[in-house]
Parts: sequence; C-alpha cells; structure tokens
Amino acid sequence: MRFMIIGKATPETEKEGALPDPQLLLEMGKYNEELMKAGVLLSLDGLHPSSKGARVKFSGKSRTVIDGPFTEAKELIAGFQILQVNSLEEAIEWVKRGPNCSPTGEGEVEIRQIFEMEDFAPVLSEEQIQHKVSKRAELPNQTANK
Amino acid sequence: MSATDPHHATHRTIEAVWRIESPRLIAGLTRLVRDIARAEDLAQDALVAALEQWPQSGIPDNPGAWLMTTAKHRAIDHLRRNTRLETKLAELAPEIAEKEQAVPDYVTAIDDNVGDDLLRLVFISCHPILSLEAQLALTLRMLGGLTTDEIARAFLVPEPTIAQRIVRAKRTLTESRVPFEVPRGPELGARLSSVLKVIYLLFNEGYSATAGEDWLRPTLCEEALRLGRILANLVPNEPEVHGLVALMEIQASRSKARTTPTGEPILLLDQNRAHWDQLLIHRGLAALQHAEQLSDNQHRNPGSYTLQAAIAACHARAVTPEATDWSRIATLYETLTRRTPSPIIELNRAVAISMAQGPQAGLDIVDTLTNEPSLKNYHLLPSVRGDLLTKLNRHNEARLEFTRAATLTRNTRERDLLLQRAKDCDQPLPTE
Repeated sequence: MRFMIIGKATPETEKEGALPDPQLLLEMGKYNEELMKAGVLLSLDGLHPSSKGARVKFSGKSRTVIDGPFTEAKELIAGFQILQVNSLEEAIEWVKRGPNCSPTGEGEVEIRQIFEMEDFAPVLSEEQIQHKVSKRAELPNQTANK
Repeated sequence: MSATDPHHATHRTIEAVWRIESPRLIAGLTRLVRDIARAEDLAQDALVAALEQWPQSGIPDNPGAWLMTTAKHRAIDHLRRNTRLETKLAELAPEIAEKEQAVPDYVTAIDDNVGDDLLRLVFISCHPILSLEAQLALTLRMLGGLTTDEIARAFLVPEPTIAQRIVRAKRTLTESRVPFEVPRGPELGARLSSVLKVIYLLFNEGYSATAGEDWLRPTLCEEALRLGRILANLVPNEPEVHGLVALMEIQASRSKARTTPTGEPILLLDQNRAHWDQLLIHRGLAALQHAEQLSDNQHRNPGSYTLQAAIAACHARAVTPEATDWSRIATLYETLTRRTPSPIIELNRAVAISMAQGPQAGLDIVDTLTNEPSLKNYHLLPSVRGDLLTKLNRHNEARLEFTRAATLTRNTRERDLLLQRAKDCDQPLPTE
C-alpha cells in the first residue's frame, strides 16, 4: 500500500525566495537515501512558497482565481513523498526517523493512504479466506513450477 | 481486540519496526555467528524481548538500535560460551581449535558494511543448494521481514507448510556450511541471475493471480519490487538488476487496468491507458534508461530483462494502441530470441511483425512454428494463427484453429471467447 507523506509549511518555507538550510538539506538527503535503499521511496518533491501558487474557487458554474500567498501556513503543504509500505504503522515508523525540518523545532507531517485497486475489490470475509486457504492446501503445490 | 487498544497498537508498531529492521539485524548477526539459523533465532529473541518489554516501557526512541543491542548481547553470550568451549577443546586438541579460533571483534563488527551484509543475505537466501520454493520463502522471510503467516497467505498454502520449508532451508544452509559471502568472479554472474529469477518469480506469482484470490496477491508484487529496488542499490553497476526493476515497474503500472471489476483479464491492447500508473511508468522508463546506459558503458549486450523491459516500454510510451512502435518491438523480440532461443518468444515476434508489416508476414513466421514440439499443446499458437487467418479472410482455416485453441486452454473464460471467435468465422464481418 502507498502513503503520501505531507510535510506542512512553516513561516520559513513560506518566505519568498527562501531556500532550505544547507545542513537540513544534507540531513534530508541522507534520510531520503535511506528510504530509497530500503526500496520504499517512490517519489518526492518540494513545493515553492504559496506566493508562487494560486487557488481556483469553485462555486456552482463559476470559477474564481485567487493568487497566493495564502496565510494559514499550518494548512499549507511544503513538500511530499510517496512511500510504498505494508502498513500505516510502517509508514509512521519511517516518518519518525526523518529529520525535524522546522527551524523553530515545531512542525507536523501528515500521513495519508492512497487508494489502490484492492480498496475497490469486494471484501472477502475471514471465513471465505480460510476456506480458500484450506482448499488450496488440498491441491499439489504449484507455486514453484511457474 | 480493537485497533485502538494501546496494547494492540504497540504490537502493530513492533511488527512495523521488525519489518524495517529485521533484514539488517539478521544480516549483521549472520556475519557475527556465521550461521543464518542461529542469527535468526537471536533476532527473534530480541523481538520477543521487545514484545515483552515495550508494551510496559513504551517504544524506545530508536527501536532499531534497541533490537540490535539486545540481539548483540545475546550473540556475545553465545560466542563466549563457544569460546569457552573452544578453550577447553584447545587443551584437548590444539590443532582443531586453532582453525575454529576466528572469533571476530564482535562488538564493532556488526555495524560496519550493512550493505555488504544485506547483499550476502540476498545471496545466501537465493542459494542454488536450496529448492526454488525454499529460496522464495526464505527470501520473503529474511529480506522482506514477512512472518510465516504472511508468506503462507501470499502463496495460498497453509502456514505449517511454509514454516517447515523455512526450517528445512535454514538447516540445509547450516549443514552444508554455506559461506556467508558475496560470490566473486565468474560465479557472481550466475548467482546474480538466480537471485533475479527468484525476484521475478515472486513478482509473477503475484501478477498472474486469477480472479477471486487477487486481493492477497498485490503483496507479492510489491514485495518483489521492493526487493528489486533494494538490490539495485546494493549492486548499482549491474545492468540486468535495473532491467528487471524496469520490467516490474512497467508491468505493475498496468495492474489497475488489466482486469475488469469482476476479475476478468483485459488484454493489453484493450486496456484503458488512462488507468496506467504514470508514476510507475516514469520510474520504469528511468530504470530502463539506466540499465541500457550501464550495458553500453560496459560494452555488454543488454540482457533479457532489459530487453523485455524495452518491449514493455514500447507499450508504456504509446498513448494509444495505434501509436505502438511495432517494428521496434519486433526487433527487440528478434534480439531476445537470438540471445535465448525460444519458440514462445518467436511467436510473440510473429505477432509484432504482423502488426508492423501485415498479417501475412506474421503468418509466415507462425507457420514455421506449427511443428515445434514444445508448442504442441500451447493454445496461443492456434489462437494467434486463427487471428492472422481471419485478418487474411481465410475463415474456414481460422475456425479450425480457434476450435483447436479452445480445446487446449484450461481457462474457461478464454475457452468461451475462442469458441465465440470460431463461431464468428461462419458469418465473417467484412474486413477493410
């Protein structure tokens, strides 16, 4: 399963033309390399401050464009990663190992699961699963002959 | 027990920590004690200690280090016991003891060369002394950090079967004194290709799941991809590792598009390309480029995974089926069949040629395969031939081929489809 790891913006990341602290970049780089070596990192990107972005408000048929910057920094996104792991707990464990990116020491990272095909498949009950497993057990083993 | 139960939550966290840490833990311990079975026992002991202590003490800040320290202490106890034994032995039989005396600097040894240890663990788990089944199970267990229960569920076999398979595999490695090392020289290539084979088998086992059971199978595909990506980092200069990763990424990119909601397969050319995963395609194409560049730099011909990935990439790059570069695909199949001659690859080449140059050119190749003994009961041969004959308006011959293909396939849905095609030959639609 895949998770989007969302790094929240801070007043620092929202500063015009602000580039991250080199020391922090180094730590982030090491952390990302660790994720990559473990085969869990699918993608990552950082975002420019919201002053370089815009919002499009939908209201019925009308569309209104609002230019950045946007104020409520805590609700804004500064960057994201896509991780492929086995459970939410595993995603949490990886996130906890990351460096603290906030210059004030206070920051937040949000973890959200991405929809996959299985989420739409009809859910089998535990009994059905057991039934399948026991049925399969009666067959000669075929797994290695493929 | 509910998911919000704190005790249960701690257990789930411990499982997650285990999955992240266990390969490194087992790899480091194996180097220390020179016995994969013993190393895994030590790692398991540390896990049990965590399960006992963490629910009370809380999860340590650095859980990986905690597990490592706990396992190390136990390993050291074990080594000391052995050393004492060896000292006694030395008094009795000095020559034997001297040989066995290579106890490493065990406190620091474990933290060095984590990558090297992991790679050794890959090679020992896929050791040719083990049956292929055992290699698959051991790889998932040692490198994927999966429990025997998870492995059993993924392969749809009962848990005791897997547990036994793993115990036997470890015993074989111990009894045969298989060294914990990365093979060198000419052996490396052969051993590496058997590792790649294990990973690709895992992937295919998950990818070729049939309707009804597919809900458990994505685990195997994801696991194989993860192992492939790990291996690509461990041996970054081996083009075929990147080729295999590219092939799996591109194939996985289609997983959402390749079945109907009820699980019936959808052929590649009929798939909704909007459902192909662009992130995985992007990763696959990048890995392929890397593989091709490495082959070039090392003056090596692209290997079979790289060639297969290149074929998959031709489809991935085509926005519509009509945009497919069939002549490039035909050329790639030709290279592939020259490298590893196979009538099935040749049949695929025939299809590509027919798409590039017309049905007659494809049929000319198919006709050279009709006496091929290995394809005697292969339903795709008459099925492809029937398809080409239909395109050439030779409907009577086509009907025979479809009927024959229907008797050969074991898949009921496919049989229905083939019988329908045979029937359609009686009232052929005018071809353009």
